[in-house]
Amino acid sequence: MTEFEVNGERRSVAADPDTPLLYVLRNDLGLVGSRYGCGTGQCGACFVMVDGKALPSCDTPLWSVANKSVITVEGLSKGGALHPVQKALLAEQAAQCGYCISGIAVTAAAFLQQNKNPSESEVRAALDRNLCRCGAHNRVVRAVLRAAKEMP
Amino acid sequence: MSRRIRFERDRSVWIASGKVELGQGINTALAQIAAEELDVALERIRIVAPSTAYSPDEGYTSGSMSIQEGGKGMRAACVEARGRLLAHAAQLLGAPIAELTVEDGTIRAKNGSSVTYWECAAEATEAPPAGAGVKPSGPARVLGKSAPRIDLPAKIIGQPAYVHDMKLPGMLHARIVRPSRPFKRIVSLERIKIPGVSVVQDGSFVGVLAEREEAAIAAAKKLREKSVWEESRVPEDFHAWLRKNVTERVITKEARSEVRGEKTLKASYTKPFIAHASIGPSCAIARMKDGKLEVWTHSQGIFGLRHELSIVLNLPVESIVVTHAEGAGCYGHNGADDVALDAALLARAASGRPVRLQWTREDEFAWEPYGPAMSFDLEAKLDASGGIVSWKHEFWSNGHTNRPGRSPKPALFAAGQLAKPFERTPAIDPALPAGGSERNAIPLYDFPDLLVVKNYVRETPRRVSSLRALGAYGNVFAIESFMDELAAAAGADPIEFRLKHLKDPRARAVLERLIPEFRNRKKAEAWGHGIAFAKYKNIGAYCAVLAEVEAGEVLRVRRLVLAADVGLQINPDGVANQLEGGAIQATSWTLKEDGKIGAVSWEDYPILKFTEVPKVEVLLLNNDFPSLGAGEAAQGPTAAAIANALYDALGVRVRDLPLTPERIVKAMG
Repeated sequence: MTEFEVNGERRSVAADPDTPLLYVLRNDLGLVGSRYGCGTGQCGACFVMVDGKALPSCDTPLWSVANKSVITVEGLSKGGALHPVQKALLAEQAAQCGYCISGIAVTAAAFLQQNKNPSESEVRAALDRNLCRCGAHNRVVRAVLRAAKEMP
Repeated sequence: MSRRIRFERDRSVWIASGKVELGQGINTALAQIAAEELDVALERIRIVAPSTAYSPDEGYTSGSMSIQEGGKGMRAACVEARGRLLAHAAQLLGAPIAELTVEDGTIRAKNGSSVTYWECAAEATEAPPAGAGVKPSGPARVLGKSAPRIDLPAKIIGQPAYVHDMKLPGMLHARIVRPSRPFKRIVSLERIKIPGVSVVQDGSFVGVLAEREEAAIAAAKKLREKSVWEESRVPEDFHAWLRKNVTERVITKEARSEVRGEKTLKASYTKPFIAHASIGPSCAIARMKDGKLEVWTHSQGIFGLRHELSIVLNLPVESIVVTHAEGAGCYGHNGADDVALDAALLARAASGRPVRLQWTREDEFAWEPYGPAMSFDLEAKLDASGGIVSWKHEFWSNGHTNRPGRSPKPALFAAGQLAKPFERTPAIDPALPAGGSERNAIPLYDFPDLLVVKNYVRETPRRVSSLRALGAYGNVFAIESFMDELAAAAGADPIEFRLKHLKDPRARAVLERLIPEFRNRKKAEAWGHGIAFAKYKNIGAYCAVLAEVEAGEVLRVRRLVLAADVGLQINPDGVANQLEGGAIQATSWTLKEDGKIGAVSWEDYPILKFTEVPKVEVLLLNNDFPSLGAGEAAQGPTAAAIANALYDALGVRVRDLPLTPERIVKAMG
């Protein structure tokens, strides 16, 4: 059994410790907001926060998060209130297909915890590991800059 | 009420769409049309994913036709429903139809008595008098106003949204086992024994089924590494190969006349294979039980897919239900249909349990149909006044559509790999005026002497089918690059030069819209500006693009300004989003993308990243002409505008896509 914290709750999972965290989240814990894109950490669709740091869950074995805190896109909103990044993504209509957007939301949320007052080029650099194919990039950047002003 | 519209107990309206959500926001635009025509609040409309079980067959969701076709179908269905409801309400309220008004689904007579859609829908079964459901003319309430996307809130908080996220009771996980290069057949399949994993083989089609997803992944990886396939030969230079393998030479357009030219220019251009490269690889769920097949798919055409599943699996269409579930962004015919057949083949071996098949990133890059490579020869004559008097455009290409359901022979990939293989139908071109490889090959400009020739190549070194804009991307790149070369040869301003040959007033208007921006461009070392224009398919939306680039060690596109005319805008922000997204994707194609055989990862096939994305400004021209799709209009003009801006910056002409640093250096000599 591997024990870790997911979105503030203690969880215990029987899966093989080498299982990529992504499949544990999606198939064992029913948290499907983290999405498979490449399996090698190159696209960002599966990003989650592990102890506050954004990581590709497809490339993170379960054993490596034992006793750590994992926050997924589902855990960004608290008590029904959207995270400022999520609010801003909606306000800017910053998606087309939306497949990449949960990974982007997690990356942006982790980034804004570290940098409360980022410039546009810092936001772009922070999101460079997240691929978007529909071309919603500029709306996403506007959303993250908007969210920066709303961060607690 | 009707097969496609239901008035639900919670006072919502359930509507089955014939068009599918591809990430383009069509459900929101269709909901706007329904809300407008029915006179109910937008929030009440629930657009339900199409299914062969209950949806109208509106063909494919493709070619920027959803607003034109799907919108029309939706409007007609709503007008019909409204007519029935009003006719029935007129009886109930004892008032003539013409005196009834509707507000958010409540029908009122002049005397104040009222009844709601939801109260009277069940009894409103009689066909209404003609015209009963047509709204009195007046200002639009919902149409033409930017509406937020109805599907985004769920996606942004990480709720299940895609076929990838579906979980059915007893569902097995599956992966396919294919090499990453074109192959003829499997020579030897490695035997493995892993608890909880079973291997399914039918000829050269191989897949694995497992209780747990990670077990399916591991088993497929092991099988792929240790099995042997006979590979197909792949040509080194696709463009030379295309010219040597012509199946048929076709005159696309000929309007010859004797002209006197002073100066003749010739140039050749190429575009490579381009991947859809959706962020989420294709996925499908299939269940085969009691002789019935159910499939959940992100296909663009559920009826075409059902037709082919029926052929390949030898099942009557009545025994197959194909239901749409969203996938990641769809830019044309990607792996969606193929993965559905793969899943169905595996479901045959799953004893009635549902099978979820996820293609891997490697599968997607190796096996999704790419947009075909193309090669172009252009030739033109300028007269003494610097006007074009003669124009020849000849091109070489595979067909641009290999969608399932359009031929008695299947197009689906695995059909050709089975122990009893099917001969697969080759990619062909849809007919003009839209066309496939010839899309936008006929210039919109007026030239006294014109010849356009297509060389269709039936064989292909890699799978090809429809990718956003089809042939228009390459043809417009070639035409609009060449127009720039001709303008330079004539010593003319690129916008004035185009206007000189262009009569269509709406075409002129989008180009003219860019004049102030172009005149005020800032000149700086290694910075350049380029212009290009097209009317998509020659029958669709008008789009002119101004590109601003910085040509340093790599070519950076700093800014794009799009002037577009899409007729009446149903959802202006949706239109802007589609044009902007199209332009950014086209920038990625133009700067970086080259679909070489053997690419399996984002390292092999890089796309534009956040730090590389240009600023994009969209200028929409307002009018009330019929609505036109916006999703593909920017592709071709963006490519040519960038190439023209590169020429402006460095004085070099790069005629082969993508515009890589190596090609730019080579062109500089």
